[in-house]
Amino acid sequence: MNQLTQLQGLLPMLPEAVLAFGAMLLLMIGVSAQTERGSAIVNGFCIAVMALAGAAIVLLPAGRSSMFEGSFVVDDYARFLKLLALTGSLGALMLSLPWLTQEKQQKFEYGILFLLSTLGMFMLISAGDLIALYVGLETMSLPLYVVAASNRDNVKSTEAGLKYFVLGALSSGMLLYGASLIYGFTGTVSFVGIAKATQAGASIGLVFGLVFLFVGFCFKISAVPFHMWTPDVYEGAPTPVTAFFAAAPKVAGIAIFTRATITAFPGITHEWQQIVVFVSIASMVLGAFAAIGQRNIKRLMAYSSIGHMGFALVGLAAGTAEGVQGVLVYMSIYVAMTLGTFACILAMRRDGVFLENISDLAGLARTSPTMAFFLAVLLFSLAGIPPLAGFFAKFYVFLAAIKAGLYTLAVIGVLASVVGAYYYLTIVKIMYFDEPAKAFESMPSMLRLVLGVSGLSVLLFFAYPAPILDAATSAAKSLF
Amino acid sequence: MIMTNWPILSVVTFLPLFGALLVMLLSRGNDALGKGTARWIALWTTLATFVISLVLVQRFDASSAEFQFVEKYPWLGVSNYYMGVDGISLPFVILTTALMPICILASWTSIQKRVKEYMIAFLVLETLMVGTFAALDLVLFYLFFEGGLIPMFLIIGVWGGPRRVYASFKFFLYTLLGSVLMLLAIMAMYWQAQTTDIPTLLRFGFPLGLQKWAWLAFFASFAVKMPMWPVHTWLPDAHVEAPTAGSVILAAILLKMGGYGFLRFSLPMFPSASHDFAPLIFTLSVVAIIYTSLVALMQEDVKKLIAYSSVAHMGFVTMGIFAATTQGVAGGIFQMISHGIVSGALFLSVGVVYDRMHTREIAAYGGLVNRMPLYAFVFMVFTLANVGLPGTSGFVGEFLSLIGTFKNNIAVASIATFGVILSAAYALWLYRKMIFGTLKPSLEGIKDIGWREAVIFAPLVVLTILFGVTPGPVLDMSAASVAQLLDNYQHAISAAKTAALLVQ
Repeated sequence: MNQLTQLQGLLPMLPEAVLAFGAMLLLMIGVSAQTERGSAIVNGFCIAVMALAGAAIVLLPAGRSSMFEGSFVVDDYARFLKLLALTGSLGALMLSLPWLTQEKQQKFEYGILFLLSTLGMFMLISAGDLIALYVGLETMSLPLYVVAASNRDNVKSTEAGLKYFVLGALSSGMLLYGASLIYGFTGTVSFVGIAKATQAGASIGLVFGLVFLFVGFCFKISAVPFHMWTPDVYEGAPTPVTAFFAAAPKVAGIAIFTRATITAFPGITHEWQQIVVFVSIASMVLGAFAAIGQRNIKRLMAYSSIGHMGFALVGLAAGTAEGVQGVLVYMSIYVAMTLGTFACILAMRRDGVFLENISDLAGLARTSPTMAFFLAVLLFSLAGIPPLAGFFAKFYVFLAAIKAGLYTLAVIGVLASVVGAYYYLTIVKIMYFDEPAKAFESMPSMLRLVLGVSGLSVLLFFAYPAPILDAATSAAKSLF
Repeated sequence: MIMTNWPILSVVTFLPLFGALLVMLLSRGNDALGKGTARWIALWTTLATFVISLVLVQRFDASSAEFQFVEKYPWLGVSNYYMGVDGISLPFVILTTALMPICILASWTSIQKRVKEYMIAFLVLETLMVGTFAALDLVLFYLFFEGGLIPMFLIIGVWGGPRRVYASFKFFLYTLLGSVLMLLAIMAMYWQAQTTDIPTLLRFGFPLGLQKWAWLAFFASFAVKMPMWPVHTWLPDAHVEAPTAGSVILAAILLKMGGYGFLRFSLPMFPSASHDFAPLIFTLSVVAIIYTSLVALMQEDVKKLIAYSSVAHMGFVTMGIFAATTQGVAGGIFQMISHGIVSGALFLSVGVVYDRMHTREIAAYGGLVNRMPLYAFVFMVFTLANVGLPGTSGFVGEFLSLIGTFKNNIAVASIATFGVILSAAYALWLYRKMIFGTLKPSLEGIKDIGWREAVIFAPLVVLTILFGVTPGPVLDMSAASVAQLLDNYQHAISAAKTAALLVQ
């Protein structure tokens, strides 16, 4: 009886359990059926496991529960972001399936690594203290290093994996150092405890710890000045893996960045706000200017994602419930836009070879008008032009920044978005104004599905924004 | 009246979007059938939209300054879907819906590649333009205002002339740069007033500090759109490279969004700031009137000349609006409507000869009256209207805005009057060069306007002369709203003065 109630107490962890046990089960199946076909089936089942985890998140009773003495927290905020991170993983995995077949890379570990990384993201999103944070972060990152190098006969892919691993390890070390400093100066690892200890202000040592902690976060979300790995890893990693990197871990990174900052350091807002404002401005500006010169679309997306993280951090910089709501809306729309764009990038295939240059898109509007239309919608949305979803994403974060009186940040931000619009427009120009090149191969149906869903939701967001806005509002409230 | 409650304004706004959807679904293939389907659907949609928008005119109560045909639904949380028109916005809605069928007809034969996409772009653009004028919520307004950039960018870039890429990028980035600052001002206003309802904000009375900054931010957006000197340089490029119908829409409607914005937001919401910054506006307007007129005199490209003359004419509008007198504001509105008809018609006239000769160089034409008498007549009417000859609509607007400014600032009005002379100089010079003189040998075979072109020009000629003789319909429609606007403005100014005196 006692054991049964204990098990019931673990019920809020059901989504994590589904992912963990699903991954282990599929691993065993995969090992015993090591054929191409078997691997394909295992990867397909990974999608089912993710869907199951999603259902678990939705169906579990609402409300706030915390376990293991507060180190694992399930609230509206966690639910919202878990669903979002899961959408990112699921979308990226769906994008991977046709690629795996086309490139003859069908390995069953691929999907399982996605599952394990997603599990790490879930733990990270729910983390309520520094230990859980670190464990979640590493669980998320280790599979990422491996999938980055999953195309192991390819020099660029292995280089990307190694680079990501070395730099990731360094940043983990810094984060851990920061966490230990914070523990040293406050005597607790729990966010709630830290918040109590810093009510009166912070000692210099604690601020040091905070800075190191932020270094780790900034590395994970590729915010300037810890963004250097991003273009190389994005370019080198297999394209569907890049899509995964761009979507899911960013969500988890932003989630823990926001949760840790808001719940653990509300007493020293002034200290961390300066850092976030700086990182945000630097990311937006660098993202906007550095992308202009890119010829490779994956590198361009890397700089674009750096810029977008800067915009999302504008909401965090505000440090208010409106700001967090802005961050959440921003990340939701960002995931949709990223998945759609990568569906298009993965459809850039001619004569059995994947293409990555922006100039390969020339005249796409005439060779495949539907794909060009959706890609144009996504690009205008990434640029933040109304009435597309990307505009609303920027709208809410800047709205919060204005309320918090961060006028300089807001002005620099919108100006950076104008600069950023330039390179998105360049791609639209290549697709619509230039003379057509040879047509791409027909788009696999899985990519069509992802592109269609993300394109339509970006295009029609303005017509019915209420579900996302309401969910984001209640999620943001649960942090305050 | 059974049908009083149908959302007529939303229908007018979104019917073109529905038409665009129809074109997308029904027009198949690149053959004559596919192209024909796209053209006819676009034409019928725009005509239907126009007819429905006439219901607005018929039911509009011109004696009231209130917003009418109001629709309101919850939308974003911070702001609502809130539509409505008053005497200031209704003329622009009608101008838009009236010009669209003409634009579609004007593109009937000149656009041969990617007809389907072209018609979709125009229909989407119409929705966004009508929405801009009919929105009663700041965020909704911004959505329509900025959304218009996308179709226009594609229209210039896909169907434009040789330097279309440069022109489309310049157009897009210039306008976007101006507008994002306005967006921040909108947000600041929201936190101040806790709403983005335009009717509420019109009565809100913002503190002086915010008024200044918000005024400047709105100015950045509208001055670029208008365009005012010195941020007008995108306009000649965009005009020259855009296809004929694109130029018409740009000159006739997109430019008016700037003037409309000044009237709807800057003047009533930030009266003190408008009062303080009026000298700046006057200076820029006068510079625009004189300088761009002089520049127009030097042009070798017909479209460029008309583009610069647009900048000069918009100078009269800004001057009239910020004179903040009844005649000035009414003149500004009338000038915008008149310029919408006249400059649109001028670009269409250029389109007629461009379709035949494929050049816009003034030097390539001469003696057209010998081969195209009807065209010469039509072009004359619009040239004279552009000059502002009494009896044409151009006169009423310029005259009223000059009188209005004269009451406020004699020096500015006097200098601006020289602009009228200069406009006569460049317009008549253009007319003489193109229409009179000896017929160029290359023009021997040129044909006079056909029935389709006659259908396009007939209503424009009639309206130009009609509004010149009886400007009543437009002036009466907006009179009540203008009176209320100025009432509130004077009130706010005198209140601010009293407050300043009390402090002293």
